[in-house]
Amino acid sequence: MMPLDKPYLDVPGTTIFDADQSRIGYHLNQFCMSLMKAENRLRFKSNEQAYLDEWAMTEEQKKAVLSRDLNLCISLGGNIYFLAKIGATDGKSFQQMAGSMTGMTEEEYKTMMINGGRSIDGNRYIGSK
Amino acid sequence: MSKFKKNYGARITAGVFTSHVPAIGAAIDNAKTTEPYWQPLFKGYDFSKKWFKENKPDVIFLVYNDHATAFSLDLIPTFAIGTAAEFIPADEGYGARPVPKIIGAPLLASHITQSVIQDDFDLTIVNKMDVDHGLTVPLSLICGQPEKWPCPVIPFAVNVVQYPIPSGKRCFMLGQAIRRAIESYDEPLNVQIWGTGGMSHQLQGPRAGLINKEWDNRFLDQLIKDPISLANVPHIEYIREAGSEGIELVMWLIARGAMADLNGGLPPKVVHRFYHVPASNTAVGHLILENV
Repeated sequence: MMPLDKPYLDVPGTTIFDADQSRIGYHLNQFCMSLMKAENRLRFKSNEQAYLDEWAMTEEQKKAVLSRDLNLCISLGGNIYFLAKIGATDGKSFQQMAGSMTGMTEEEYKTMMINGGRSIDGNRYIGSK
Repeated sequence: MSKFKKNYGARITAGVFTSHVPAIGAAIDNAKTTEPYWQPLFKGYDFSKKWFKENKPDVIFLVYNDHATAFSLDLIPTFAIGTAAEFIPADEGYGARPVPKIIGAPLLASHITQSVIQDDFDLTIVNKMDVDHGLTVPLSLICGQPEKWPCPVIPFAVNVVQYPIPSGKRCFMLGQAIRRAIESYDEPLNVQIWGTGGMSHQLQGPRAGLINKEWDNRFLDQLIKDPISLANVPHIEYIREAGSEGIELVMWLIARGAMADLNGGLPPKVVHRFYHVPASNTAVGHLILENV
C-alpha cells in the first residue's frame, strides 16, 4: 500500500486539516460544534471541565481547550473553523483568535494586517529565509 | 419570474466573484461600514450594488463553503446543492446574523441536480440546511440590507474544510456542467452565478495573517483571461502562496467555468474589479464579469 501524498508538510507554520488530523480531532471538533447552540455555550461557560468531561476527548485535548491554546488544539486534530466556536463563546473575534497563534500581541497582529499582512517572502518553505 | 420570450430558456448572464469574510458581515450588521477601517472596502462595492439593481437576476446560483456550520465532521459532502424552498441564516456561535431568510429555487435546483449528476458530477442533495456567512456576506455586500433578498438563491456548498478538497480543475469542469444544466431549463430565467471565498488568507498557526497581493492579482488576471490554465493550478500552490484558507479560491473556478466563453461564446466583459487588504485576516477580491 502506498501512503497518501502530503505535499503540504513543508509549508511553515501551517497544519492542513486532512483525514489523519480529522480522525484524531473528531471528538474535539464535535465538542466545538456543540457550542453552536446558545444553551450549550451557557452550560460550557458555567463549568468548562464538567462540560468537556461529557466528550470522548483526550485529557491533552481538554487541557488545550481550557488553556485556549489554539496551536496545541490544532496539533491535536482541531480545525480552525470548529475551534472558532470556542472563540465565539468567549466573545473573541476571528482576528483575535488567528493572532493568538502567531506569538504576536493583538495590537501587533492588527497592525501587521493593516500594513498588508504577513509577507509571503520567507514563508513558503520550512527553513526558507 | 418573467414568462415572456419563449424562444430561449434560462441563461447565465453574469458571474460575480467576491470574498465572504465574516467580519464584513459583522461590520454591516453593527453599522460600522463608514468607519475608517471599513470605508475603503465598502466603497469597492458601491458600483456592484448599483450594477445589481440595474441587472437584477431571477435567480442567483451561489457557490460558497460551509464553515463547520451546517456540516460538522459527521457528514462532509464535497459538493452539496440546496434544493429546499428556504434556508435559515445560521447561528455560528455569535447568534444568527440579522438578515432575511433565503428563498430557494427548488424547481430549478432539482433540474440542475438531475442534469449535473447525469453529467457525471455526484452532488449531495440537501433539503434542510442553515446557511452561514459564506452565503449571507456576499448577499449583504451586493444587495445591501433589504427586508427580503431581491431574488431566490440556490446555495451550492463546496467542502474546503477537510482535505482533500476538490481540485481547481474539477471545480472548473463542474461549472461547465452547471452551465449546461441551467441552459437546458425551459423557463426564460436570468441566472447569475456567484463564486465566493478567498482571497489570500491563513487563519491558523504561526503563519496566520499571510497575504500575497501579487499572487492574488495574478489569480484575478488569469481568472479573467486564461481560466483554463488557472484551473490546472494544484492545491499545494494555493496553500503555499495564498495561505491554508486561500484555497477557498477554487470555488471561483466553478462560477468561471459556467461562463459562455467556455462554450464557444465571447470572452466576458469585465464590468468591475476591486482588491483590498485587509478585512480582518483576509485579502478581499471582487470581480463582476458579464456574458456578452
